[in-house]
Amino acid sequence: MTGWEPVVGLEIHIQLKTQTKMFCRCENVWGEGPNTRTCPVCLAHPGTLPVPNGRAIEWAVKLGLALGCEVAERSVFHRKNYFYPDLPKGYQISQYDEPLCTAGRFAVPGSGGDHEIGIVRAHLEEDAAKTVHVGGKAGRISGAAHSLVDFNRGGTPLVEIVTEPDLHSPEEARRFLQLLRQTVVELGISDAEMEKGSLRCDANVSVRREGEEGLRTKTELKNMNSFKFVGDGIAAEVARQIEVYESGGEVGQETLHFDPASGRISSLRSKEEAHDYRYFPEPDLVPVEPPAALVERMRAEIGELPAARIRRLEGELDFDLSYGLVASGRDELYERVPGERRAVANVVMNQLAATGAHPGRVNAEELGKLIEARDRIPRATFDEALTAAGEPGFTAERYLAEEAVTDASELDPVIERVLAANGSQVAAYRSGKEGLLGFFVGQVMRETQGKANPKVVNERLRERLGA
Amino acid sequence: MIDTLRLTAEDAAGLLKRKEVSSEELTRAYRASIAERDPELHAYLHVTESADGDGVPIALKDVITTKGVPTTAASRILEGYVPVFDSTVAACCKDAGLPLLGKTNLDEFAMGSSTENSGFGPTRNPWDPERVPGGSSGGSAAAVAGGLAPWALGSDTGGSIKQPASLCGLVGLRPTYGTVSRYGIVAFASSLDQVGPLTKTVRDSALLMQVISGADPRDSTTVELPQPIELPEAEDLRGLRIGIPRELNEAEGMEPGVKQSVDAAIRLAEELGAEVGETRLPRSVEFGLACYYLIAPAEASANLARYDGVRFGHRAQVDGDLTELYERTRWEGFGDEPKRRIMLGTYALSAGYYEAYYGQAQKVRTVIKDEFAAAFRDFDLLVSPTSPTVAFRLGEKAENPLAMYLSDVLTIPPNMAGLPGLSIPCGLSEGLPVGLQLIGPQFSENALFRAGHALERAFAFDYVPERLR
Ligand SMILES: [Zn+2]
Repeated sequence: MTGWEPVVGLEIHIQLKTQTKMFCRCENVWGEGPNTRTCPVCLAHPGTLPVPNGRAIEWAVKLGLALGCEVAERSVFHRKNYFYPDLPKGYQISQYDEPLCTAGRFAVPGSGGDHEIGIVRAHLEEDAAKTVHVGGKAGRISGAAHSLVDFNRGGTPLVEIVTEPDLHSPEEARRFLQLLRQTVVELGISDAEMEKGSLRCDANVSVRREGEEGLRTKTELKNMNSFKFVGDGIAAEVARQIEVYESGGEVGQETLHFDPASGRISSLRSKEEAHDYRYFPEPDLVPVEPPAALVERMRAEIGELPAARIRRLEGELDFDLSYGLVASGRDELYERVPGERRAVANVVMNQLAATGAHPGRVNAEELGKLIEARDRIPRATFDEALTAAGEPGFTAERYLAEEAVTDASELDPVIERVLAANGSQVAAYRSGKEGLLGFFVGQVMRETQGKANPKVVNERLRERLGA
Repeated sequence: MIDTLRLTAEDAAGLLKRKEVSSEELTRAYRASIAERDPELHAYLHVTESADGDGVPIALKDVITTKGVPTTAASRILEGYVPVFDSTVAACCKDAGLPLLGKTNLDEFAMGSSTENSGFGPTRNPWDPERVPGGSSGGSAAAVAGGLAPWALGSDTGGSIKQPASLCGLVGLRPTYGTVSRYGIVAFASSLDQVGPLTKTVRDSALLMQVISGADPRDSTTVELPQPIELPEAEDLRGLRIGIPRELNEAEGMEPGVKQSVDAAIRLAEELGAEVGETRLPRSVEFGLACYYLIAPAEASANLARYDGVRFGHRAQVDGDLTELYERTRWEGFGDEPKRRIMLGTYALSAGYYEAYYGQAQKVRTVIKDEFAAAFRDFDLLVSPTSPTVAFRLGEKAENPLAMYLSDVLTIPPNMAGLPGLSIPCGLSEGLPVGLQLIGPQFSENALFRAGHALERAFAFDYVPERLR
């Protein structure tokens, strides 16, 4: 990879969790029985007409503002024409040259400062229905015995976000997407779950020589359905392109599919088969002209954005911890819990997360007390308390009453037993493998069922082994 | 004995109100007329067996979606389709208690000017069954003119209400775009389609407009009329400034008899007190038709994409793949004219051609709007023939699409500008009705009705076809 620079732009689809669909008043809900949320409009019966969902327009404006976009005073819906059974009208109502939001900048904080990703546009459109191919291989249409269409998803509202090709590594793309997801979730406009398809990501990938100006031919990598696959897929495609160039070949413009199981990239269609979507303004709808008051109301509803919070928390924590807290949505709890900041951050980010306790349900005051006492009370007690921390009515009190064993007269016999049972490790430690200290501490903690004070055990062991 | 040929909807409503006749008796009388004359005229595609309502029965063009009653747009591709919902106008008619007599014939998907393009055979003109009733709302026009319905609704994209009204000696209103809901109207060209009444009198037209007009939350392009529709009473035209656009009155292919009738009508308007003057619409007439034949097919090419055999209507029997299903279904289901327009429209929207065709046509449309707006600075209404010819013979233009397209050369320009237009019969030429087109600014329906009513009284045109009197 040396000498080459990846150039990546993302196209992201976010399904808005409005109560009803984009252009009809069918319920917008995931996971119901097939074709139970349909009406003449979203089934494209003759004569039916779209009526825009006002809430979806508001939320798209809100998202645009959070992405630093300009909100258009006048925006137009277009028809994007193509034939497929998941598209009952034979066209998708989308936006083309007059999108709702344009020219944004979205800051992704990094350890070396902010990286600004340009947002070309964010526009509103309706989702297609879901096609299920039965029989044949791997759910593809070719060779399928028959295909079924579930129109529940058809016509649900989507915001499509297109970034500039400002991302220069798979890791950067993954981070951007994570932070974008967190932003969307905090705005309360989407579940943005990649597994459910309420957040979808395509990537436009090219590579160029380091220092090279201009862009080379890009390929489009379709529908990677987890953050990991976004990173893996882009990495695989970047590697493939570099190999093509280094072996003297040319990269062709095509649409690709990443198979996470094999890690392989396969071609979906080449440029020659590209659609002519014959966009034209949707005559059934009037232009969207969001009033200034609405835009200001949406702006006022946006809280402190994740990127800003990461930078703020960096003042008291290191970058990785503050990024981790914010990107995982745990920083809100972190900020509520009193106590020494690093300790609180570590517990909230790692140990509490491991228990599966929902951060929103944790009593911050009580958790603070627990963290403050964590060196004093037995480790087992602390872990038990953390597991219970998310339960309603949780108090730290009864756990705080327990004291860890610090008394040398109680600990020393256990230490002797552990050393006697692990003679070869003792010899190894003494010959320089000091990393084994943790092993001995772990053994002592286990022997005492977690009741020993690890700090004291540590000291005693060091003293004993050093002798 | 109810004289279905002569009875106006207003008179029928009077009979109902005075309980001299019941709605059922009225409906029965029209059904009897249908049984007698429809085998010859073929105005209906579907006649209902029973219908609810205590008002004056009505016939609806078969692009108007009716719950539980087949709606085909005269296309084989919609054969067997029975809607699960009512269009807003059908619901309005139900709410007003108007029993549904049936669904009337049209050019397939409202694409045509003679009703010969129906997938289920042509409709004939009650004045002369050898001639066409005009189109695309030919079935509705023939039904009303032939006494098979007291009134009917049609739809007008390039002239599909006004032109058949003209050819059948009726009153036809194309309302201001956006004043009548399009929800449930099988779409042809969305930015032009508009439903309106076909009636024997101007007052009937106003009565029906009261039933169907108004903003509809299901159609984002609708608006409320600034003033409610009033029943016209005027007997003169004092104070009215009528403009005669030269290009609309001297169009190519204008029959001398049509020109004479319209000239006589204009003189009569002056006698009724109107100030008449000449005006010009050069670009609207020169480019209107070409512009229309880019925009309408472009929109149609998308509107007709939903007929794919997957969810409703005709589905071809194929062994092959999805593409073959699409191709065979659409090949079998659509007639020549929809195919022609889908191809035209697809081409006009294609990459590399969009700006030159569709984009340019939209710009010309703005020019047309501006030209009409300028004319309305000097005049309250504009007047011209509705159609350059009287009803032509079946088959006369069927092999020449371009000649057929010229039938709408006078109605298309105001339609492109979204303007309302009223066609009223103003006389006969060669024993066939001639229509006078009154064009007003947006939302001038009341002014059109007032002028139309005064002229109608002065013309004293007998709307019952001579051979049926
Ligand atoms: Zn729906």
